Amino acid sequence: MNLAAPRPGSAEPWRDPGAEPFLQIEGLTKRFGDFVALDRVDLSIWRGEFFALLGGSGSGKSTLLRCLAGLIEPDAGRILLDGQDMAQVPPYRRPVNMMFQSYALFPHMDVARNIGFGLRQEGASRAVIRDRVAEMLALVRMEGFGARRPDELSGGQRARVALARALAKRPKLLLLDEPLSALDKNLREATQFELVNIQERTGTTFVIVTHDQEEAMTMATRLAVMDRGTLAQVGTPGEVYEFPNSRFTAEFLGTANILEGVVEALTPAGARIGSSEYDFDILSEGEPPKPLGSRVFVAIRPERMRIERAQEGADFGDNRVVGRVRDIAYFGDFFVYYVVLEGGKELRVSQPNLRRITERPVDWDDLVAVSWAPEASVVLPE
Amino acid sequence: MSAARRRLLVLLLPLLWMAVFFLAPFAIVLSIAFAEAAEGLPPYAPLLRWVDGALTLQLNFQNLALLAEDSYYLDAYLLSLRVAAISALLCLLVGYPMALAIARAPERWRVPLLLLVILPFWTSFLLRITAWIGILQDQGWLNGLLLALGVIEAPLQLLYTEFAMYLGITYCYLPFMVLPLYASLVKQDPALLDAAADLGAPPWRSFLTITLPLSLPGIVAGFLLVFIPAVGEFVIPELLGGPGAQLIGRVLWTEFFQNRDWPLASALASVLLLALVLPIALFQWRFAGERRR
Repeated sequence: MNLAAPRPGSAEPWRDPGAEPFLQIEGLTKRFGDFVALDRVDLSIWRGEFFALLGGSGSGKSTLLRCLAGLIEPDAGRILLDGQDMAQVPPYRRPVNMMFQSYALFPHMDVARNIGFGLRQEGASRAVIRDRVAEMLALVRMEGFGARRPDELSGGQRARVALARALAKRPKLLLLDEPLSALDKNLREATQFELVNIQERTGTTFVIVTHDQEEAMTMATRLAVMDRGTLAQVGTPGEVYEFPNSRFTAEFLGTANILEGVVEALTPAGARIGSSEYDFDILSEGEPPKPLGSRVFVAIRPERMRIERAQEGADFGDNRVVGRVRDIAYFGDFFVYYVVLEGGKELRVSQPNLRRITERPVDWDDLVAVSWAPEASVVLPE
Repeated sequence: MSAARRRLLVLLLPLLWMAVFFLAPFAIVLSIAFAEAAEGLPPYAPLLRWVDGALTLQLNFQNLALLAEDSYYLDAYLLSLRVAAISALLCLLVGYPMALAIARAPERWRVPLLLLVILPFWTSFLLRITAWIGILQDQGWLNGLLLALGVIEAPLQLLYTEFAMYLGITYCYLPFMVLPLYASLVKQDPALLDAAADLGAPPWRSFLTITLPLSLPGIVAGFLLVFIPAVGEFVIPELLGGPGAQLIGRVLWTEFFQNRDWPLASALASVLLLALVLPIALFQWRFAGERRR
């Protein structure tokens, strides 16, 4: 399958069984008292990837990142970077640099000294440091800001300096801990593109931690959704969005309507799943991940559903339910309808705002029919 | 009421306080410094006198001249500055690791640890100095312990030495060093050390390049808080120090209480104050200017 087409020129080494991963994480475990922050995590990341760790707070994503940096020592498991075991390597000797969430710029040093800090630790000569700092300032488009102090910079400028400082030593691996969470929406989007651009130009392997799914979807080559110290699903943004493997990922990445049912028949086209809550069948495409007779959850994305006014007395059909509009949210570019079915179950249906009209096609308290195509029904393996 | 007026009103109380409790007493001391010693009570002649039916101001510069001429006083000043500087340095050396340890301790430990630092203040200062006499004297606890352990064969002369004086001053003023150091260390962002380590700085370099420079304001504040009172310290050198430690505090005491030469004592005190205030004011002005930049 080829979803979310790869960026031009970028290979997909994770599909090549012969390719050696650049970063290998094996059985990584970390406990804080009784709390298990990481539970036997296995993960491979390839050279040049832009990999996102996505999860809520407490999911273990930051702990994993800090283990990679060497700022946290794991209780068990291994980290191999470019074939080298990182266990005995203290953070200050790892070929890994980090862009911190608060940026952690040194307040008593100007921008140039901040960027040159890592090179000074290596004992690089003045000329080398000066050239590299100039190069980094140009990379993040901050020429002429070398003599400024961090407190004289805006949030976006500080983010750029933090990035330049983390890249100055040409790390094998760049870690980014919620790098854009302090920026406002427009600046965040602009900086996202710039980050991807810089990643492609430098060819550095990036691992980013974020709780912002849009950020992960737009920037990452692949992402891992984390849940309670484990990787719930790993894949390209397209794979994880279109083929979630569990209720958790289906609801975490984007939104999903979850319907419950039993696989009643296998048809040439797919499966017929009898709803266990309502008297109607859900049709899906392809072979379901669970055998005939098993109980399954079906996820349907709100944007894959159609909504239209229904006549009184209209009834459920295959992939078609009837309910009343409880609420409408207007986002400008699209509408979200909250439709309550008999018995209280609520569905979320979104429709693009395609034409400029003053009258809503569907209004509050309208009786509506919601329907979808079989290919929109995603039968969840878990 | 305009904003400027409201600001003035807010400033009025502290200004009034300074005027009543600092400027006025200092003006009195300064005026006595220009008076002539005389028999009586107070033991000096008033500055304003009726001479031949006219009110005349008579300033006496002999006291100040004496301070400049007699090396006894100059030596006392210099010795005081040296003792105070060394004491402040000793407090810094002892206090910095303490403050750092408290600032890096788990949060619930910090307040109890700080209380332990301040705890000695809850006992009388004189009692604590007397306790040190008990520890340091020839038949004291320290000599007793060393004799019992067989480290020494005869008691060491510990009391009434420079060692005892520095020990006493460092001991007494240590909290004044620890508190401002702690305040500046505890507010440092721990992520800065993570960043320094991440960029390749081993712990000792992180300390020298990040922790130490960022705590400079705390060092300066602590140094001044120890240095300033230590310059005029009288009790500790008197009770623990040797006879050679003719510090300015002791000289002042002698002139004021034993010689009853109030004008000379006032001159000594005024010069000391100016000698301390001027450099600090200069420093403040420079520091504030740097922060504005």
